[in-house]
Amino acid sequence: MIEVLAPGPYATVQDLGRHGYAHLGVPSSGAADAGSLRLANRLVGNPERLAGVEVTFGLARLRFLEGAWVALAGAPCPVSGGASGAGMGVPFWVPKGAEVRLGTPEWGLRTYLAVRGGVAVEPVLGSRSTDSLSGLGPPPLRAGTILPVGPAAGLAGIAVDLAPLAGPRPAVLRVLPGPRDDWFASGALETLCAAPYAVSQDSNRVGVRLRGAEPARAREGELPSEGMVTGAVQVPPSGQPIVFLSDHPPTGGYPVIAVVADADLPVAAQLRPGDEVRFKVLPHV
Amino acid sequence: MIRRAGEHGLLVETGALEVSHRLDAALRDERPPEVLEVVPGPETVLVVAPGADQARLRELLERLAARCRDAPPGGHGESGGGAGLPYEGGPGESGGGSGLTYEGGPGAGSYKPGESGGGSGSTYEGAGRVTVPVTYDGADLESVAEAAGISVDEVVARHTGRELVVGWLGFAPGFAYLIGLDPVLHMPRLATPRTSVPAGSVAIAGPYSAVYPTASPGGWRLLGRTDARVWDVSAEPPTPFRPGTRVRFEVA
Repeated sequence: MIEVLAPGPYATVQDLGRHGYAHLGVPSSGAADAGSLRLANRLVGNPERLAGVEVTFGLARLRFLEGAWVALAGAPCPVSGGASGAGMGVPFWVPKGAEVRLGTPEWGLRTYLAVRGGVAVEPVLGSRSTDSLSGLGPPPLRAGTILPVGPAAGLAGIAVDLAPLAGPRPAVLRVLPGPRDDWFASGALETLCAAPYAVSQDSNRVGVRLRGAEPARAREGELPSEGMVTGAVQVPPSGQPIVFLSDHPPTGGYPVIAVVADADLPVAAQLRPGDEVRFKVLPHV
Repeated sequence: MIRRAGEHGLLVETGALEVSHRLDAALRDERPPEVLEVVPGPETVLVVAPGADQARLRELLERLAARCRDAPPGGHGESGGGAGLPYEGGPGESGGGSGLTYEGGPGAGSYKPGESGGGSGSTYEGAGRVTVPVTYDGADLESVAEAAGISVDEVVARHTGRELVVGWLGFAPGFAYLIGLDPVLHMPRLATPRTSVPAGSVAIAGPYSAVYPTASPGGWRLLGRTDARVWDVSAEPPTPFRPGTRVRFEVA
């Protein structure tokens, strides 16, 4: 079991999401930067889909009530707290009673902590993820939250000593045009890609809200509500685009000018308020 | 027309809600293994299928969508249904017009009230039919009657008098937009939404009716409440509603 001493600004339990219920109004949820959760899980010999902790902007403190193998990936934070060899991208042993303390990330926003056996809170509709939009899954972590850890029996061995840490990737989101690019004036995609946008303070797991040039609409009015995908770049009447992350509503009525490529979703998930980000159109495949 | 929605999504334009529902049902019968989500909307169906062969999936969707557009009213399935469902109340005009017998999709009725403790108080018959017992004592019942210029009894009679159909779900998990509401009851949302509406509240807004699946803020006008559970995460599926489910309210 793990006791949360401090969650930092915001921390939740996340796995790879709650799929197959979008038609019932259930967001997919799951780790915003799924690649980092997968990596952290692999480092401790877990299946990639097990639940870990998604820490937003570091500063979390966790006490391990039993000894456990732990790994951290994503936004790189200084790590302290009494586990020898603790750091980013390495499996390390946390003795019983020791703490893992994260500092402020050097870059990026979301850091993933995996524990061998996985965080074993009760699943809801097949997932242990906190859904910040609908409230499904466990509540966000608070001081005093106790997280159960699943059994390590039957897991693969820990085979890797170190995963080389990737530096920050360029803040460029490659997009596929559409599905509603025809709701925008010609040249709107060029507008989207022309100058960098600033990441707004009110970004969260639902979406990255941007401030910058407004892609001009060719059609007024609202679209009949339609299914939305993660990575969708939705343009509400304000003209300021929103890039949908894991907790986005499954349907929406504002036109989506383009969708961020899967490979760049981790880039979007690691953007901090105040960062600049650009869009770039991928050729239609 | 089928539009691309990112690397894994295809957005099929159906042009009409009933075609969306038919395509949804067809995809339940003939679902490629990679399909993760099928999300019907008023004029579209979004299909998300990571790892699928996009060209092949597009071909399948084109074929199914064409079949669903051409399907005669009341084609296969339900024969005893009879009640013409007022799809004309929904967004998007369809070629079929009024009086269509809606085809309940196969599988839509798989929800069993006895299982997993869900749905107590509701009765379900056949494919995708739900009866919701309502105690009509809602906070807005009298003001709705007044605004419509009818008696409270007539509000109840009009709310229970038609079979509605789940258009789509949204706003919150399990929140079903029920279409086909008697036009006399069409009225705008409250100017000031309530900060908390209890779970099970039966309400109307615009051309829709709904049952609040969980307690939430809300601006719909409250006609009454039901003891039927319309959202239970321990049940599978967690709600008796899915796009296309027929719903009738009755006085508890």
